[in-house]
Order: sequence, then C-alpha cells, then structure tokens
Amino acid sequence: MEAHQVIELMARNAYGRLLSYLAVNWRDLQAVEDAIGDAFLAALETWPKIGIPDKPEAWLVTAARRRLIDRARRTRVSESALPTLIAMSEDAQRLASSSAGFPDERLRMMFLCTHPAIDPAMRTPLMLQTVLGIDAARIASAFIIKPSTMSQRLTRVKAKIRAERMTFELPDDEEIANRLDSVLEAIYAAYGSGWDEAAIAESPRRRLAEEAIFLGRLLLQFAPRKPEVNGLLALMLHCEARREARHDGEGNFILLSEQDCARWEQGLILEAERHLHIASQAGEIGRFQLMAAIQSVHAQRLSTGRTEWEAIAQLYEGLTRISPTLGALVGRAAAVAEAYGLERGIALLEAIPSERVVSYQPYWALAGHLYKRIQRKEDAHSAYSRAIGLSTDASIRQFLNRQASEI
Amino acid sequence: MSYTLMFYESQEDFAARMDPARQQEYLAGWTHYVHALRESGIVVFGSGLHAPESAATMKRHGGEMVVQDGPFPETKEQLGGIFVIDVPDLDTALEWAARGPVDTVEVRQNLPALK
Repeated sequence: MEAHQVIELMARNAYGRLLSYLAVNWRDLQAVEDAIGDAFLAALETWPKIGIPDKPEAWLVTAARRRLIDRARRTRVSESALPTLIAMSEDAQRLASSSAGFPDERLRMMFLCTHPAIDPAMRTPLMLQTVLGIDAARIASAFIIKPSTMSQRLTRVKAKIRAERMTFELPDDEEIANRLDSVLEAIYAAYGSGWDEAAIAESPRRRLAEEAIFLGRLLLQFAPRKPEVNGLLALMLHCEARREARHDGEGNFILLSEQDCARWEQGLILEAERHLHIASQAGEIGRFQLMAAIQSVHAQRLSTGRTEWEAIAQLYEGLTRISPTLGALVGRAAAVAEAYGLERGIALLEAIPSERVVSYQPYWALAGHLYKRIQRKEDAHSAYSRAIGLSTDASIRQFLNRQASEI
Repeated sequence: MSYTLMFYESQEDFAARMDPARQQEYLAGWTHYVHALRESGIVVFGSGLHAPESAATMKRHGGEMVVQDGPFPETKEQLGGIFVIDVPDLDTALEWAARGPVDTVEVRQNLPALK
C-alpha cells in the first residue's frame, strides 16, 4: 500500500483514538487537534521517503506529542503542565517500544462531548468531529448550519472545556445512567431522528447514518451490558436495512408498508434482532428498545406477509408514556389509525397542540393521509400542501404530490 | 431578526413558468412552500420576479451611465424571487431555505432600517 493510502486509512480509523488518548492527558482539545493535524502532515511528508513505520500510530502519537511540547514551550504553559507532558512522553516511548497499543479513551471522549455543561445542540457535532474526525463543513451541511458558524461554535465549546477544566473522568455508577442517555441521544441525533421512513429519507443527516452506526457499535464495546445501547443499535440497523428499498429504480420514494421486503438487507435485520434480543434479557425497558421493537414488528412482514398494527400501536403507547416526543405522538396516531380505525387516529393527531406542529412536516403528511381516507377532502389538500411546503427532499415532495392528487 | 431568502432559478425553471406542459408543476412547488411559510407566521414580504430577460440594468462606467438589457451578472442561475422572513436566527432561516422548491437559495440577514 502506498504511504498516502496508509495515512488516509489511519486518519479514518485511528483519528478518534489518537485524539482521545492525547486529549485525556492534555485537556486542550484544540491544541491536540492542531498537533494531530501537524502529525498527519509530517507523515505525508516523511513516510513516502523513509517508508511506513512499524507502528504508525505510535509514530503519530510521538509526532503529535512533540508538537504539543513545542507549543507549550512557546506559550509558556504553567509548570503544572510539565508532569503531564513528561508522563505522556514516557507513555509514548513505552508505546513505541512495546507491542501493546495505546489505551482506547474514546468512551471518555464520548462522555466529555455529552457533558451536562455542553449545549445539547453541540454534543453531536462535537462527537462527530472528535471521535470520527469529520470536518466542520460536512457536519454543518448535515445539520443545515452555516459552516463558519459551526466552526465557531465548535471552537467555543472546546475553549469552554479548557477554561472550565471540564472533566474527562468517567462518570460514577450513580451518574452513569443519565450520562449514558445523553451519549445515546447524541448518537441518535447523528442518525437523524424521525418517526418513519419518510422522515429518514428527508433528513440531510441520512448521509451520516454509517457514522452513527459506527458510534453505536463503538459504544457497545465499552458498555456491553446496557440494554439501551443494544436498543439504539438495533433501531439504527433496522432502519439501515431498508435504505435501498426506500426508493425505486427511478428514485421515487416508497412508503414502508409498500416496500418490497426482498430488497431489505436481511443481514442487518438479523443483527438488529440479535441486539434487541440481548437487550430484552436485561428486563429493563427504555425508549430506544421500544423504537427498535416498533421497527422489528415492521420487519416481521418479511416472514408473515402482514404488518401487526395492534402490536405497533401498543409499543407506541409505551413509548409516548416514557418519552412523549413529537415524533412518538405522531407515530402513535398513525399506528392507532391503522389498528383501531381512522377516527381514533385522527383524534390523537388533533390532540397534539397546534403550536408544536407549525413546522413539523411528519404531522402534516400524516394529517393529509388520514383526512384523505375519511374524505375530508379540503383538509387533506391543505395538510398535504403544508407537508410538501415543509419538505426538504424532492422525492418526498413528489411522493406527497402523488398522494394529494389521489384525493 | 429579519432575513432575506433569495431563490435562484435555472433557465429551465424560468422556461417552465411559461411552458403549458410544466407550468402547473412549477407553480405547485411554490404554492405549497408559500402556504407552509405563511401558515408559520414568519413572512414579512415575498415576491417572485419576472424572468431575467425582462430585466434592465443600469451601470455607471467612470461616471457615465449605461443602461443594458438583461440581468446583472450574466450567470447560469438567476434570481427568481425573494422572501423576507422574521425568525430567531440564521439556523432557522437556513432551515426554511432548505425547504424551498429550487436548488440554490442564498440567505442573508437584513440590515436594520435607516432612521
């Protein structure tokens, strides 16, 4: 393999490990990021000449550490930083001379990114950048934020972590449940939250789906006995299994209930089911397990040929009790309409306060769908129109247009 | 805070406005978007613009005034319409830009009115 290919591969696989390892010790994220960037640049320059080192990661750590020391000298970092530097330098030497890899500190990094003092809206972007090395511009597009604004916000968060000397320690047993929940929330936000296939197809974050699943798998390595981690992974895998089936050959969006099951990725479904099974063994239900279970019922159409809407409605009932998000409320209304009749579904839908749904596309899409079926034609037209106007994806707009034209 | 969304359209989009076969679909895209915008109560002002060929551009070259037919500048995509919306921040303005039925939307904050 060519040196620059090795470097590219390293950048993808090892970036988060390098950053986390150095940051846990050095505590200045921005400085560590700069140092790693320099180290990769140095690798690009020297590896083609001297050949790829035996331990490329150790080489990069050593190079980055040297940058940090140079920087510390230049900026006259206080004496108190010296012991850390010396410890790191010893560590790096040990790394270079032994066969052991350096410790994987990415879990600490994930907890730091979701620290209660960090703005919830910035937790996912920070995690994507530090653990996966995704650049700010790509994160910005996935969240529809101005790239320079996203960069500024990330810089500000890192400055805050440094200024407030935020802890990189793992939370203790009492705290861990809450803190783990924030980590799960941040990963789910990277996947792009949505109550149905249309919301997923709509989301500009769908391009980050693989990264979110990578984070879910990573978290599972660190926290294997937390059922919600399995639950989240199962949820994402079930949704991912249907990626190809969501659009036909011409790019037209296809509703879940009309998808060709043969186009679902069965390997991912099986993996999702396995995680859901492991989660259920713990006997500790949670929102991600419930959401995964809903997707699991949909997936059963593969073997039974039909969708068990009563089961889905019951799961939504449980979900809205522990986590009454807008998505869950709309999803419940949809399931109840299928299981127990349109009127009951519409009653649940109309009970959602109108000020909450002003710009919530899935609400209007479902409203159009239900009104159409009970012949409230004018309401259906109006609801579909709002859903179309709130859509960001052309295939969803066309799909809703087709639905509306059948009124 | 008030932001202007500037919707840029391709020559094809402008042609669709006049083409009986595509006109209805073109207009429907805007009707739904405008409906959603108005229902959300954030619209300050909005208007579509006539096609760029109908434009007249006044330019001054070294103090001398030249009037030209057509838009400024001559690019593939041309301004097709604007919306001024009142939303809390640029993030929200961009969210609305993403919903527009065209492929290019520029968003800028409006300056406060001169007193």
